[in-house]
Amino acid sequence: MTAPALEVTGLHRFFGGLPAVRDVSMRVPVGERRLLLGPNGAGKTTLFNLIAGDFPASRGEIRIFGENVTGKTADQRTHLGMARTYQIITLFPKNTLVHNVVISLLGLLKLRFNPLSDIRKHTALWDEARSILALVGLEHLAERTVADTSYGEKRRLEIAMALAQKPKLLLLDEPLAGLSADERRDVERLLQTIPRDVTIIMIEHDMDVALAFADVITVMQHGQIVVEGNRAEVVADPKTREVYLGH
Amino acid sequence: MIRASRQQAVLALVAIAALLAMPWLVTSDYYINIATQIVIAAILAMSLNVLVGFGGMISLGHASYLGVAAYLTIYLSTHAGVGALGSALIAIGATTLLAMLFGYLALRASGLGFLMITLALGQILWGIAYRWASLTGGDNGLGGPIRPRPFGIDLMNPTAFFYFTLIFLVLAVWLISRFVQSGLGQSLQGARDQPRRMRALGYNVWLIQWLSFVFAGFWGAIAGMLYAYYHQFVSPQALHLTTSAETLLMVVAGGTGTLFGPVVGAALVVILKNVVSAYITRWLMLLGVVFVAIVLFMPEGIVPGLRRLRETMKMRPASSAEASLPAAEERTT
Repeated sequence: MTAPALEVTGLHRFFGGLPAVRDVSMRVPVGERRLLLGPNGAGKTTLFNLIAGDFPASRGEIRIFGENVTGKTADQRTHLGMARTYQIITLFPKNTLVHNVVISLLGLLKLRFNPLSDIRKHTALWDEARSILALVGLEHLAERTVADTSYGEKRRLEIAMALAQKPKLLLLDEPLAGLSADERRDVERLLQTIPRDVTIIMIEHDMDVALAFADVITVMQHGQIVVEGNRAEVVADPKTREVYLGH
Repeated sequence: MIRASRQQAVLALVAIAALLAMPWLVTSDYYINIATQIVIAAILAMSLNVLVGFGGMISLGHASYLGVAAYLTIYLSTHAGVGALGSALIAIGATTLLAMLFGYLALRASGLGFLMITLALGQILWGIAYRWASLTGGDNGLGGPIRPRPFGIDLMNPTAFFYFTLIFLVLAVWLISRFVQSGLGQSLQGARDQPRRMRALGYNVWLIQWLSFVFAGFWGAIAGMLYAYYHQFVSPQALHLTTSAETLLMVVAGGTGTLFGPVVGAALVVILKNVVSAYITRWLMLLGVVFVAIVLFMPEGIVPGLRRLRETMKMRPASSAEASLPAAEERTT
C-alpha cells in the first residue's frame, strides 16, 4: 500500500500556555487536493508551520511519504519532496525574478555548498529558472528586480519558487490573498496545471475557488479539526455554519 | 550584470597596476611599510566582511584569528624550531580549526547574541595571551626575526615584503570575489536576507553560516601570519577587542557587502592611525569625526556612497535636459 503524502497524528503546539494546535490528526493520500478552512486564529498557518518544520511540535507525530519527520529540520523535509509558499510574501526583493528562482533551484543542488564555482556560469540553471517563470507567465519580467514588481507578480513568483523544487507535496498558504480578479483567475489557472501526482494542501479564504479546487476539506477552529469531508459533506455539516456564523 | 563585472574587473586591474607601481612612485621605506600595513589590514577586513557584509553576522572577535595565527607563527619559528613554511602552515591550519570551534559556539545564537559570544571568545584569548606569560610572553609579547626567504628573496627588504603581501591580497580578492558569486556565497547572502525562506528551500542555514565562518577565519589566519612577518613581534594587543573593533570599523567605513569597501576602509584607518597620528596627538578623535561624517553623508560606506554619487551625477545632466525640454517647446510654439 502506498504511504500517504502526509500523515499527522495527535499533533499539539503550545505557545506558552496557549494551545495553537490541539490534537490534530489528518491523513492526506498522494495526489489529493486538500483545503484547510477556518476563521482567523484557527491554527491553519501554525499547522502549516509545524508540517514544514518551521517550529517543532509540542506533541504528536508527522510523517511525509511514510517517513517520520517530527524531529527533522525544515530543510531536511524539503529534501523529501515538500515545498511551500508563505501567507506573507517572503522573497529576495533586491534580486531579479530569475535570480529568486535560481536560489530556489540551488536549494536542492550540491552546488549550494561549492565556494568557488560562479553560479552565473551555470547557464542550464538560469535557463531552467526562466522556463519556470514562463510557466507562471513571468518570463518577460525575468530580469526585473522583485521590488519593482506588483503584488500579484510577487504571489506568482512565490508559487514559481515552490514549483521550481518539483515538489511531491505542496503547501500553499493563501495563494490568492490580495489579488485582483484577473490575477486570481491567472493563479487559479496556474494551480489547475499542476500535475495530479503532486499532493496539494491549501489554505484559502476565497470559497468559490477553494471549494472548486479541493477534493477534501478540513475545517479548523481553536486549533482543532471540527469537520472533515468532501464539499457536500462539509457544506451540509451544521458545525461549518457554527464556525463561520457563530450559530 | 556582465557590464558591472567587466567594470569591476577593469577597476581591479587598475588597482593592481597602481599597487605594483607603488614602490617606484613612493621611494620612502616608511610609506612602503604603511602600504604593507594597509594590505594586511585589508585582508583581515575582507575576511570579516564575509561575515558582516555577506552573512549579516556582526563579529567583535575577529582579532582572534589575527592574533592566534601571529602567536603561532612566531612561537613555532622562534621557540619550537619549526621551519618558516611549516610554522606558517601549522599556524594557518590551527587557526582555521579554532574558527571551526568558535563558529560552532557562536552560531548557537544570532544577532546580538552572536556578537556577544564572539566578543567573549576573543576576550578569553586575550586573557590567555596576557596571563599565560610563560607561553606567550605576557604583556611583553613574543618576538624574533622570522621573515622567511622564499626562493632566496630577502623579505627583510620593505619593497620585497610589500610584493609578498600583495600576492596574498590579490589571492584574497580573487577567491573572496569567487566565493561571493559561488553557490555557497549566494546561499550565505540568502541566509542573511531570508533565513526562514532559505530553510524552506532546502538550505541548511546553520551549516552554510558555519562554513562561511571557517572561510573567514582562514583569511583572518593569513592576515595573522603576514602580521607576524611584518612586525616580527606579537603582543596581547593583536587579540584585543580594540583590534576587532578597528577591523569592524574598516568594513563599515568602506562599505559592507562590497568587495573593495574593506580595502578602502583599511586604507583610511591605517593612514589615519599611522600618518595623521604623526601630526595630530588626538588622532583617535579625528578618526571618530571621520566615521561620524561617513555615517552622516555615506551611511552605506565609502565605496557604495561614491557609487551612489556617481550615479546621481550621471542622472543630473539627463534630468536637467528633460527639465529644460518643456521650456524649449514653449519657445518653439
